[in-house]
Amino acid sequence: MKEKLVLVGNGMAGVRTLEELLKIAPDKYEITVFGAEPYGNYNRILLSPVLAGEKSIDDIMLNTIEWYEEHNITLHSGKKVVNVDRRQRKVIADDGSEEPYDRLLLATGSNPFIIPVPGHDKEGVIGFRDIHDVDTMLDCARRFKHAVVIGGGLLGLEAANGLMLQGMNVTVVHLMETLMERQMDPVSGEMLKQELETKGLNFLMNTQTEAILGDERVSGVRFSDGSEIAADLVVMAAGIRPNIELAKRIGLHAERGIVVNDTMQTFDPKIYSVGECVQHRGETYGLVAPLFEQAKVCANHLAEHGIGFYEGSVTSTKLKVTGVDLFSAGDFIGDETTEEIVMKDAANGIYKKLVLKDNKIHGAVLYGDTVDGAWYFQLLRDQTDVSDFRESLMFGQAHLGDSGHGGENAAAAMSDDMEICGCNGVTKGCVVKAITNEGLFTLDEVRAHTKASASCGSCTGLVEQVLASTVGDYSASTKATPMCKCTDHCHDTVRAAIRDHHLTSIQAVRDHLEWREPDGCASCRPALNFYVLAAWPAEAVDDPQSRFINERVHANIQKDGSYSVVPRMWGGLTTPNELRAIADVADKFEVPMVKVTGGQRIDLFGIKKEDLPAVWSDLNDAGMVSGHAYGKTLRTVKTCVGSEWCRFGTQDSTGLGVQLEKFTWGSNMPHKFKIAVSGCPRNCAEATIKDFGVVCVDSGYELHVAGNGGIKVRATDLLCKVASEAEVKEYCGAFIQLYREEAHYLDRTAPWIERVGLSYVKEKVVEDAASRKALNERFIESQKRSQNDPWAERVSGKVAADEFTPLKVIS
Amino acid sequence: MSNWVEVGTVEEIPKLGSRVLQTPDGDVAIFRTADDAIFALRDKCPHKDGPLSQGIVHGHNVTCPLHNWKISLESGEAQGPDEGCTGSYAVKVNDGRIQVELKSQS
Ligand code: SRM
Ligand SMILES: Cc1cc2nc3c(=O)[nH]c(=O)nc-3n(C[C@H](O)[C@H](O)[C@H](O)COP(=O)(O)OP(=O)(O)OC[C@H]3O[C@@H](n4cnc5c(N)ncnc54)[C@H](O)[C@@H]3O)c2cc1C
Ligand code: SF4
Ligand code: FES
Repeated sequence: MKEKLVLVGNGMAGVRTLEELLKIAPDKYEITVFGAEPYGNYNRILLSPVLAGEKSIDDIMLNTIEWYEEHNITLHSGKKVVNVDRRQRKVIADDGSEEPYDRLLLATGSNPFIIPVPGHDKEGVIGFRDIHDVDTMLDCARRFKHAVVIGGGLLGLEAANGLMLQGMNVTVVHLMETLMERQMDPVSGEMLKQELETKGLNFLMNTQTEAILGDERVSGVRFSDGSEIAADLVVMAAGIRPNIELAKRIGLHAERGIVVNDTMQTFDPKIYSVGECVQHRGETYGLVAPLFEQAKVCANHLAEHGIGFYEGSVTSTKLKVTGVDLFSAGDFIGDETTEEIVMKDAANGIYKKLVLKDNKIHGAVLYGDTVDGAWYFQLLRDQTDVSDFRESLMFGQAHLGDSGHGGENAAAAMSDDMEICGCNGVTKGCVVKAITNEGLFTLDEVRAHTKASASCGSCTGLVEQVLASTVGDYSASTKATPMCKCTDHCHDTVRAAIRDHHLTSIQAVRDHLEWREPDGCASCRPALNFYVLAAWPAEAVDDPQSRFINERVHANIQKDGSYSVVPRMWGGLTTPNELRAIADVADKFEVPMVKVTGGQRIDLFGIKKEDLPAVWSDLNDAGMVSGHAYGKTLRTVKTCVGSEWCRFGTQDSTGLGVQLEKFTWGSNMPHKFKIAVSGCPRNCAEATIKDFGVVCVDSGYELHVAGNGGIKVRATDLLCKVASEAEVKEYCGAFIQLYREEAHYLDRTAPWIERVGLSYVKEKVVEDAASRKALNERFIESQKRSQNDPWAERVSGKVAADEFTPLKVIS
Repeated sequence: MSNWVEVGTVEEIPKLGSRVLQTPDGDVAIFRTADDAIFALRDKCPHKDGPLSQGIVHGHNVTCPLHNWKISLESGEAQGPDEGCTGSYAVKVNDGRIQVELKSQS
């Protein structure tokens, strides 16, 4: 017989736990749910837009009654649990009904704090917590005029904004000097207040409520200075208190909240608890992101998988008042140990403040332009050292020249029909609709459902903003993102395990780190294949089935299933002979299109898979090898004319480019890698947007690294200057090897260096000569095994012979 | 009328790989999983006709090489929120020899 699981509290955290549980152990429990509210589970966060008239109750349902039926969950909605018999293991509801359990999950949420001033129990005094409260407010707005909201925090301002939009005359009363003082500093608080005043809200700051006036129903509010104002409705938004009423009654250990350990277990081992009612390591939470993390951990332990611990969360917040853009995270007030970077442009309504401690972001407030909120939050959570880009930190991650989203950087200002994702043609409206209709909360979910930001990723920031403004703040706050859904380990942990435990095959990694899927997925397999090859070049064996098709067949797959072929042209040089061979191939195989690429070579399009070996054979005969235009490896080395011909050339840039290409081609890398050599600072080879760029000057060679000319343009950082070609090669080999050994799979050098810092790379490659030499040695060693032309290997028929022929042809 | 065709042996397909059976009605992708199960699907992704035979095989699924849809080898259905289905063919394996039933094209 199945074990019985009973959930008390049909809210966001409890039901999320059930969803997570159903994903991993769908048949383990017979589940019963008690919920005091008479509905299915809804998105409480979206009550604010409902109040503002921007959404309906139907829009915000997450789990309808049918959902419970489909999953064989018995739902008692409208029934409050009043007692639990822990000895006999059964819960008792207010209608007298009883339900036995093997495991009990308490997710009773929290209650609004109603300030106990005289008159607080009069009709028309409410909190802002559930559908019932919203109904009451909407009803008041139809019948009365004056509303007073006590509390100028997130909830209070959202309530006030909604009531104002419903036509009421609203006054916000706040005890403090600054609005939302837990999220804002005084300057941004004042800007917010002014903006809301312009919209029509009234504020009484530094004001303490003394009594609620009226007979049965409220008629006014009196303050401690003796003044009074009229009120037909009073909304108390002065904070929330974890709802521990039931826990206390049944003698379960609770302080401010129900005390749980890192597995979300209470002091009674049969009883788990998640959500706002919980106190974990002394903290209680009032935002969904941490609660969803708790839900995941709890589900895991309910399923008896026994992995995953909840270790607390850092949260960030956003105010959901349409038209107001505000973001804050961490400690943004600071103290004598912190420093601040501040930007204020009052005329444009923009204010940004970053609080730094030891060159790490400690807190942030953004007002008016929040596009970089997610980025700062990431830097904060990762505790990234920002010293290398401190001077440009304030200007954010978005740059001029980013492609693919029409230069937009503020999603709030976009209309519904504007395109957000240029790769997949997804509009803002589409994203919003998917979020509300499908009940999505995370970037991954939005990507899966809409494909927005799922291809090149340049619009990720915009999608995150839409998500934040549609569901409220959801930002996942786990520190290290897992590699993929097959594991909870992040890239760095996996790479370290491969090194430290001498894991030389993909299977060994999966066994050692207890992968969830026996053969992994299309995302982790190529990464693991690269990691073991990079760590153990002499021992690991390449797994072709774990390579993306382009790398498996050494050509780029096209939309119609044909392939393109790009032979290497060393340093962009070619000969009449090579050109003739290319022309002959184009004739012989009736190649539909021949094109000069952006990388100084020639691309033959529309080759049938079966013809590939024959095409390569002809090109091999003319001395050409694969250009690896398909690989996570060295692509092209672009060169300019240089001192041999050019009147400005200072060094032999063409010759050096050819040398560098001969030195580095064929290497396995985390992502593609591009090099360029320019003969003088006019930089005709665009060396300053390459992964490794050389700019020749009269006195030697400037070495530039980590540039990118693609989705997100990034100019290189100057690594150092050297005097000889031999040094260029040594530094180049060392830089590539460091990147190969430490970057995450699919990181170009640009994002990698932004994570680890230029100083770190300089330390390893420039300052420490022994380290540089050792890195370069390891690169040369691994190159010995990499520099075989994959085309020739396949033309010989000895490698992957089956790949290019059909299994059988039926005519 | 059933039309079982012998197409080759299990050994001729790499583990976690696929080979193509060319037929007058279009290509059929024959897959071999880690547990040596054999599946046959029409070699066209329900999204934009990507050649599924060129994808990465994992579990009883294949990820399309063009835009990463995940297709079930058992049913030909797209997984997760993506929707669509490609035709699948019945397969029998005897003594390592693979037979595919070709008429049931859907
Ligand atoms: C053929 C070529 C376009 C052309 O006709 O000029 C090309 C074609 C493709 N590029 Fe590119 N890129 C080509 C030069 C470039 C350049 C220019 C350059 O190298 O100087 C860039 C910007 C520079 C850079 O990378 O920093 C470029 C930035 C990209 C990006 C964005 C990379 C980024 O980090 O932002 C992608 C997407 C990716 O790699 O994930 C991409 C991906 C692609 C892919 C591989 C898309 C794919 O996955 O199928 C295209 C393959 C087409 C095909 O079927 O052959 N291509 N691509 C160029 C080949 C050069 C060569 O000789 O190998
Ligand atoms: C207006 C508003 C706006 C918000 N905006 C945001 C935002 O932008 N971002 C954000 O992250 N968070 C926001 N929040 C907070 C977020 O909604 C909560 O953190 C989240 O809903 C808490 O989930 P929970 O499951 O712990 O509690 P709840 O969702 O409150 O669920 C608890 C449920 O248990 C029921 N219950 C309690 N006791 C019993 C009992 N004895 N028997 C049966 N049932 C019982 C309650 O009726 C309730 O339905 C907002 C909240 C509100 C009210
Ligand atoms: S060649 Fe590059 S820019 Fe052109 S469509 Fe393909 S990926 Fe996009
Ligand atoms: S064609 Fe298969 S995912 Fe697009």
